[in-house]
This record gives sequence, C-alpha cells and structure tokens, in this order.
Amino acid sequence: MSVGAPKGLASSGQKPITEILHPLSAAEEPLSVTVNVGGDKEAGLTNGTPVETSSPASASSLFNRLQLDDDLEADVRDLYASTETRDLFVTVDDPKKHVSTMETYITYRVSTKTTRIEFDLPEYCVRRRYQDFDWLRIKLEDSQPTHLIPPLPEKFVMKGVVDRFSEEFVETRMKALDKFLKRVADHPVLSFNPHLNAFLSAKDLNKRQGLALLTKVGESVKHVAGGYKLRARPAEFCAMGEYLDTFSQKLGTIDRIAQRILKEQSEYLTELREYGTVYSSWATSEEELQRPLEGVASCVKTCCGALEDQSESMSQDFLPVLREYVLYIESMKNVLRKRDQTQAEYEGRLEAAILRKQEDRTPMPVEVEKCQDKVECFNADLKADWERWQSNKRQDFKQLLTGMADRNINHYEKCQAAWESLITLLQDKQTEDKTSETN
Amino acid sequence: MAEDGKEESVATDDESDHTAADGTGSLNNTMVEEGSTLLRRMEICVAEAEKRSGKNAVNMQETFTVYLIETRPMDAVVEGRNPAPDALWRRYSEFELLRNYLIVTYPYIVVPPLPEKRAEFVWHKLSADNMDPDFVERRRVGLENFLLRVASHPVLSNDQILYHFLTEEHGWKEVVYETGFQAKADSRLRALSATFRVRNPDKRFMEMKHYSDELQSHTSQLLRARARVADRLYGVYKVHGNYGRVFSEWSAIEKEMGDGLQSAGHHMDAYAASIDDILEEEEHYADQMKEYLFYAEALRLVSEHEPMMIFSLLWQSSVQKHELTQFELEMASQDLISKKQQREELATGIVRTLKLLEELIAEGEETVKEKTLECEEHVEKAWVDMQRFKEQKDKDLREALINYAVMQISMCKKGIQVWGNAKECFLKM
Repeated sequence: MSVGAPKGLASSGQKPITEILHPLSAAEEPLSVTVNVGGDKEAGLTNGTPVETSSPASASSLFNRLQLDDDLEADVRDLYASTETRDLFVTVDDPKKHVSTMETYITYRVSTKTTRIEFDLPEYCVRRRYQDFDWLRIKLEDSQPTHLIPPLPEKFVMKGVVDRFSEEFVETRMKALDKFLKRVADHPVLSFNPHLNAFLSAKDLNKRQGLALLTKVGESVKHVAGGYKLRARPAEFCAMGEYLDTFSQKLGTIDRIAQRILKEQSEYLTELREYGTVYSSWATSEEELQRPLEGVASCVKTCCGALEDQSESMSQDFLPVLREYVLYIESMKNVLRKRDQTQAEYEGRLEAAILRKQEDRTPMPVEVEKCQDKVECFNADLKADWERWQSNKRQDFKQLLTGMADRNINHYEKCQAAWESLITLLQDKQTEDKTSETN
Repeated sequence: MAEDGKEESVATDDESDHTAADGTGSLNNTMVEEGSTLLRRMEICVAEAEKRSGKNAVNMQETFTVYLIETRPMDAVVEGRNPAPDALWRRYSEFELLRNYLIVTYPYIVVPPLPEKRAEFVWHKLSADNMDPDFVERRRVGLENFLLRVASHPVLSNDQILYHFLTEEHGWKEVVYETGFQAKADSRLRALSATFRVRNPDKRFMEMKHYSDELQSHTSQLLRARARVADRLYGVYKVHGNYGRVFSEWSAIEKEMGDGLQSAGHHMDAYAASIDDILEEEEHYADQMKEYLFYAEALRLVSEHEPMMIFSLLWQSSVQKHELTQFELEMASQDLISKKQQREELATGIVRTLKLLEELIAEGEETVKEKTLECEEHVEKAWVDMQRFKEQKDKDLREALINYAVMQISMCKKGIQVWGNAKECFLKM
C-alpha cells in the first residue's frame, strides 16, 4: 500500500497544475479557514468541489486542489489544518531519475501555491534534488539561528547496503522531504525567509545566489566565541533538555522493538510458508480430504501475503518517521545549545562590563544590551517554537501510532476473511455430502 | 468404589452435535448402527487423573499417574436415573497392554491408537514433562477417546478382555496374560517386522500400505511444521509486550499524550499475553492430528499382515495340490528368505510359521480347509475395517480442519479487538 509517488520512476504523469488537488485542502471535510487576501474574499467555500481559478491573487486559487497521484495525505490535514492563516502551500512529489556522464541522481517536483506578495507569481513548479534541500536547510540554520529548523532525512547511505534508486528508498525519502518543506512553509518566521523563496521559485537554484540574498537577520551564532560558560540555565529550558533526552531514548527503544518485531515476523513468515506447503502436498495423497486440505493451504498462503504487506508497510512508513523524529530531537537540542551559548555570551560580556564599570565608570556598552536583547529574543522564539513542536509532535505520533494499529487491524481482517470463506466452502461440502448420503 | 460428583465428558448416542474437539462427536457419526456395540450399553469416561507412588519392577520408587475410568449402564442413563458410576483406576501401561492384546488378537482390525507416551512435537514453551498438568489432562482426554473408539467398534467392542478392563480392577492383568496372546505376538510381530514379497500380493493391501506411509509422513510433517510456526508466533506476540513497558515510561514525561499512551500500553500487554491461550487451544488440533499419525501406524500393521498372505497362499496351494511335501515347504521358505535382508529374524519367523503349518497339515485336511477359510475371512475383514477407517478418517479430519479454521478466526478477532482498543487510545492522545 504505497502512498504518494507513482511506482515508475521513468516517467511522471504529467498533469496540468490546475487539475492537481492540493493536499492541504481536504476532500472530505470543509476547511474551517477564512482567508484575507488583499480584500478579495471568496464566498461559498464548498465541500470538495473545485473552484474556478480567476485572478491570481484570489482566494479561489488558494483552494484549488493539488492532488497527489494517489490519495490525500491525511497526516497533512491533521497537522496543518488549524485556524491560522494559510497562504503558502508546498508539495514534493514526482521523483525522476537523471542520468548524466558524471553522476546519476533523483530530482523531485516542488510545487508551490501562494498568495503572498513576497512571491512574484501565485504558482511555481520547479525540480530540486536532495542537495538543494540540504542547501536550504543550511541557509535557514545560518540565517535563523534562534529557530528550530526541521531535519532532513539522512544524507548519506551506504552504497552497498541501500539501493539509492529503489522505489522504496526514493519514496521514503520523498515523503521526508515533503514533510520538511511543509514544516518550513508552516513556520511563521521561516516561511518568510528569502532562501525559501529562492528555493521554491528560482528556475535554476544557483547556490552561490545565497550569499547575495543573505540579509542580515541576525548575527550568526557560530561567530560567538566559545569561551563563555553558562551560569544558570532557566528551569524551563532545563526541563526541555531533559524531556528531549528521555524522549529520544524512548524513541530509540521503540525503534528497536519495531525492528525486532519485523525480524520475528520474518522468521514466522518463513515457517508459515513451509507449513502451508505441507497441506498442499498432503492433499495430493487424499481424495475426500483433498479440497479441504488445499483450502487450508490456500488460506495459509493468503495470511502470508497479508503479513508480508503489513511488514513492508511498517518498514516503509513507520520506521522512517520514527527515525526522522530522532533527528528532529537533535535539531531541537542544537537550538537549545545555541540558546545556552547566547546566554553565556551575554553573561560573560555583562560580567566584564560590570567589572569595567566599577573600575572606570564607563556606561554599559551597547553590545551588552544587544546581547541581552538577543537572549530575550532567542528565549521567546524558542518557547514559541517549542510549543509548536510539541503540538506537531502530538499530531505526528497520534497519526503514526494510529497507522500502526490500522495496519495490524487490516492484516487480521484479511486473514479472518480468508478463513471464513474456507469454512463456508467446507460446510457447504458437508451438507452436500449429507444430502447425497444414500449410498 | 463409586466416586460422586466427578466431572464427566461423555459422548453418548444422544449428543450428536458435539464438536470434534476430542473426536467424540465424529465418533457418533461413524459408529456402526447395526449390532450393539459396548458403547450403546454402557457409558464410559475417563474422569480424572491422579499421581501415585509405588515400587516398580526393579523395586525402585517411582511416581506415576493413574486414570479413573467410570462406567454406568446406558439404560439407567436413558431412563433418567442417575446411579453412581462404577469406577476403577488404571495406569497408562495397562492401556498399552490392552491395546497390544487387541492388535494381536484382531490383526485384521485397525486398532485405535493411544495418546502419545511422551510429549513430542513440542514447541519451546510447552512442557515436555510427562508430569506437567496440561500434558496429563490432554492425555486423559486421549485415553477416554481411545476407550470410546474401541467400545464403539463393531468388532472390538465385543471383546471380553476389554469388558474386564473396564470393570475388573484387580486380576485383569493375569487374565490377559492367560490368553497367551504374547506368544502369538512374538512370532507374528517378528514376521511382521520384515516385509517380504509374496508372489501375488494383494494389490489393495499394497495400496493401503502405501497410503499408510503417506498418511504417517504427512501428519508428522504437519505436526513438526506447526510446532515451528507456534514457536515463531509466540515470539512475535511476546515482543509486543515491550511496547507496553516503553509506552508506560514514555507517558510519564508527557502531559496531554500521557493517558492515551499509558492505556495503549496496557492493551499491548494484553496482546502479548493472549498468545498463551491461543496456542494452548491449538494443542487440541495437534492432538487430533497426532491421533491420525498413530492411526497410520495401526493401518500399516493391518496392511502388512503378510503372514496371513503366506498362510492363505500356502494353504491354498496345499488344498489345491492336496499335499505339500516337506521338500516343497523347505523350498518355499528358502525362496522367501533369499529375498530378504534380515535373514535371521525372518528365518526364525518363517520357520516358526512353517512349523505351525507342518503341525496343521498333520492334523488333516479338514483343519487345512478351516484355516484357509479363516485366512480368507481375515483378509476380507481387514478390507472392511480399512474401509470403515477411511470413512472415519475423512470425517474426523475434515471436522478437525474446520475447527482449526474456527480457531484461526477467533485469533484474528482477538487481534482486531486489541488493536482496535489500542487505536482508540492513540486517538485520544
């Protein structure tokens, strides 16, 4: 049960963008969103019906649906459907392989729909590769040091171990990239970053462009001298750190458990297949019992198939998300560390300034005040990000674990159906025999 | 020695809707209606099992299990009277003695098997210990099943030794030995242990032997594979218990998500625990398969009843020729011996058989005719019983397969329920 990308990498289904439904607008439920876009309000947001595209900046274009090739991602619905204003929608899909003399790589289609004036056009469609996403992430980290940047999926894969061009790998990676971009687009500060703008709109992402576009949003915390020691971390940030440590640990445990289950299931599957063949071979030496025995063999086979599907799905959908969260936690920890550094710098400078003041009565230097501002800003940004992160985490895990439960339910339902039809078959035969028992 | 208020699991003629968990339901269906089998006259059950201690043959202390056999006259039951049953205790070895007696005395009958002596095809968690209460309980059911099958068999049920087994606690063993069946057993069993080619083997018996081999092979493969599957499935379920623990630990650091996680964790624990009952129930299915694994052996014995073949052939030729010289006898025996590997055993067996032949020839032609007829009857009786067995087997195993499917469905439903509950908890996170 794959979600999202088409199976074939060779060609992508070329749909005009207006026909493609947007994942953020629900097919089933009406969006409880009101949009203020330059006064152009679209009345009558109906439930599931596509709206005509009129002027580029109208709300109607907002609710044009972009549809992923398969189904709408319910997770996105839950995650981002809130009462906040939505005026930037992004999607990553349609992986394609590019082969050149130098290298082979995958690109993804990045589609954007927006009413923001920071963008020249209401819609964009560009192709980006992993490198480009990484570039964006680095740029965001540099230019927004006080904010939590969502993580990217792992950059390097061991060439012998993982097939970088297998459907499963590409699909998993693509989903993670999509999630990354959506989180950035959802962020009230990050989404206005000019690097994001470039990433979404530039035809060719000239990565050297980044330097020209870099606005001095704030001093890069990287330049902070490492010598400062933090005195007293506020309790709430201590609590955050502790939480992250424990949470990360628990996720690691869950990952190990899930892997262990997959391993046990795989071994069970091997035995179960063998078990099924025993019934088939027995059937060959029986007359009356041939059909019942073959029926059992067939049921066992169906159960094997159902379990295979469930295992594959867990491997592809569950584990990667879990692992990505561990990366997310690391990102968050980094931000906490940066905050600590900022505070340490401030404290250090303040201490130095106080000493100087005592000596020669110089007024509080401006840098110290600037540092204090920086710390306060950072703390505020961090707290806001933390709340958002917590809220998203809750949704993400609700969805992840519900998905796991659904998969198991689905597997058992398939098995139950198979066995029930066998019983019907066997019992029909029984009544058949009974009525014909005149010999 | 009547014991009151015991739990009885009895198959009577009236309970035709029993599921074949222990084969009793199908028993009623395959019972022969003509003639009155013992089961029609008497209600039989193996009510209990108890541990005893005593000295064994080499005067050493040992612990063993005895089983309580209860019987009641059927007419009393039918009339609604409820007299206290007659009861006596028997141990497994006595059941074995009874069965061996039946095998030797009725070589043309597929004698129902006993439950296994030692636990085999065990998956790791299940105990291989004979004293394990679950094993003892399953054995009790198996022994009862054996008695019910024997007592409902058109031929076996009339046996006096069987009747005494059920009614006379003391002195039964002596009575059995007095029949001298063991003497018959020795020569017969040795001769049976070698398969030798007769010039015109009965094709039907060859086919039956071949089928019995197939049945034995397939049932044992099935049992082995099932045990391995059970082992693995156990592992899958139990690992899920770890989710219970980690969700609980995780819930401690969460605010809104805490309750949902904690509850979900409990359901994961329940899921992990559920496999024990599931696999315990599956043991009944394994027992049904085991019965037919052992039945295959009994079938093989009947189909291999070659001495009868030799008997009948030699007798036939003696009747036809009206005389059988010593020389021809010896030539015949040489002929057979030269074709076989285990010459010693075979020689002894054949020689004994032929000695018997000699004696009988000496007794005169009437005896010759009599014996020939008897042998031919045996062959026909064997064929009839093998057919009876075939029908019983088809019926029983079909029911067993249906029950297996029912068990699988039950397992699926439990799984759906647990995961559904867990999902509810996740949604509340």
